[in-house]
Amino acid sequence: MDENIPRVTPRQSATFDAYTMSEIRRAASTGIYDIRGGGAKRVLPHFDDLLFLGASISRYPLEGYRERCGTDVVLGSRHASKPLELKIPITIAGMSFGSLSGQAKEALGRGANAAGTSTTTGDGGMTVEERGHSKLLVYQYLPSRYGMNPDDLRKADAIEVVVGQGAKPGGGGMLMGQKINDRVASMRSLPKGIDQRSACRHPDWTGPDDLEIKILELREITNWEKPIYIKVGGSRPYYDTALAVKAGADVIVVDGMQGGTAATQNVFIEHVGQPTLACIRPAVQALQDLDMHRKVQLIVSGGIRNGADVAKAMALGADAVSIGTAALIAMGDNDPMYEDEYNKLGTTAGAYDSWHLGHDPAGITTQEPELAERLDPVVAGRRLSNYLQVMTLEAQTIARACGKNHLHNLEPEDLCALTVEAAAMAKVPLAGTSWVPGQTPL
Amino acid sequence: MKQLDLKAEGLRKINSTLQNAVPDSDGKEWAVTNPMGQHAIACGLNTELSVTIEGNAGFYCAGMNQKADVTIKGHAGVGVAENMMSGMVRVTGNASQSAGATGHGGLLVIEGDASSRCGISMKGIDIVVGGSVGHMSGFMAQVGHMVICGDAGEALGDSIYEAILYVAGDVESLGADCIEKEMTEEHQKTLTELLARAGMDQDVKRFRRYGSARKLYNFNVDHAGEY
Repeated sequence: MDENIPRVTPRQSATFDAYTMSEIRRAASTGIYDIRGGGAKRVLPHFDDLLFLGASISRYPLEGYRERCGTDVVLGSRHASKPLELKIPITIAGMSFGSLSGQAKEALGRGANAAGTSTTTGDGGMTVEERGHSKLLVYQYLPSRYGMNPDDLRKADAIEVVVGQGAKPGGGGMLMGQKINDRVASMRSLPKGIDQRSACRHPDWTGPDDLEIKILELREITNWEKPIYIKVGGSRPYYDTALAVKAGADVIVVDGMQGGTAATQNVFIEHVGQPTLACIRPAVQALQDLDMHRKVQLIVSGGIRNGADVAKAMALGADAVSIGTAALIAMGDNDPMYEDEYNKLGTTAGAYDSWHLGHDPAGITTQEPELAERLDPVVAGRRLSNYLQVMTLEAQTIARACGKNHLHNLEPEDLCALTVEAAAMAKVPLAGTSWVPGQTPL
Repeated sequence: MKQLDLKAEGLRKINSTLQNAVPDSDGKEWAVTNPMGQHAIACGLNTELSVTIEGNAGFYCAGMNQKADVTIKGHAGVGVAENMMSGMVRVTGNASQSAGATGHGGLLVIEGDASSRCGISMKGIDIVVGGSVGHMSGFMAQVGHMVICGDAGEALGDSIYEAILYVAGDVESLGADCIEKEMTEEHQKTLTELLARAGMDQDVKRFRRYGSARKLYNFNVDHAGEY
């Protein structure tokens, strides 16, 4: 080699980047796809691509910390005789006992109670502990029907018929054998230690007409008291919302692809479904077209992190939001204090997503007693309630700045977008223009 | 026997009456007349009532039944006795798809035929079918017994766990991970008891037993084609 010729800097491929190549090597070595939790990790259009405009000459702000800004929400008043009355519009998403430790479920209940909101069961039924620690508990009715029984149905405060999840619209659940201990196996009527496959489709209904009858049955069994939610992944939010209304839902939960607590194939998480931001306006449009906006409540989930996200989702038309991943982080998941242990698991704090394997150093996504004992439910519950409180205060701060005396009064006109993509998805003007891509002329 | 006229009273009134009835004081024997194929009749019962549906029923009849003894004198729609916990449900005619789906306990007897996905995801229920069952019956069946006195459609017991299937007639095909297993004296005894409880006069020697090969319980790349 001629030393006088300048050397070209070695260039990594943008297509075959380091992560991509490591995944190819992993697949070649194991013969099995990568399974993980944590939701979509790729960069997606999200709430950060929106900004609030704030008050101006034409908009009159409310005095911060002085003038009231309401945060309460009633869920399920369409048909249920006992709708849920929440103090804040931030609920805790469905996560199962089995995927989470008993201590983690208790902490979720404690935190939600203190903040005045609801928690949700998951694929695996209702435990005595979570019912006991959750003042308001939404009972998920899933395709697997693991642990499903009418006594628990009657004990619930609301019922959520799960059609899909943002992490895997069209896919069933997975719980690896390491987490199927005696109690989890018993609750799910399965042998201990097997890799548990949850069905992706309900066993006794196949379309919206059947779903309407299924909801009739659930209401008949629970004396028409409980709000019935329908949860869908972010795939076809306009039509799914319209069909859910037709089927008789009181509340619709739309979960975008950043929804992360469900374990499934990495390829599923990253390549199926739509970003949360893209799901809200179509769902709201469907409700408005049916004259059901605010009559059937819309809960949006998938990547909600702070009060700004809450306010933006509500400005776009949601009645409430739901958090899963953020709640786990608030309780201690992926905390740098466990960095050494994350390193031993081949990862680092902030990137740990093998929630399905049950080795969580934070004691949250595990069934190993010695790990689970690390999580103090009282302390973790307090951390969660603190976090919920901060998010609520942040959302109120923004709402007041926009002149709104209730979070529900936030509206799309309070927003602009930083990118063309976000403007098109949220149907708000690109910042500095009056242009809404797809809606108004350039 | 107390009579409830569904046409006159409406579904909510009928179900509310049955769900709140106390057998000792309100009477144990009840009949629902004019069912007209309506859905969700007699669902969510949780006491030891004996209820007769005098005609055809729609979807989810006797759904989530606990303790009650429900007889449908006619045909039943989708999901009869779905998620039943205990008690007994009998269909004198045929049943549509997903009969006994996800049932945790009790006995479901279908004197005629059952359509597809009979016993799907069953979790402890016992099902006895006097006739034949459609395709994908016993799909992901976890616990319990299903007795089929006639034939079984394609993909019987696909992805089955620990449920036990007995078939007297022909099986069109077995689903993934479902295999024929030895019929021991113990199994013949269990089958005899199930048939007796169902009131079916059958020769147990005609039946063959099917269950899980347990090859899909933990992922193995060499069985990837089965998933």
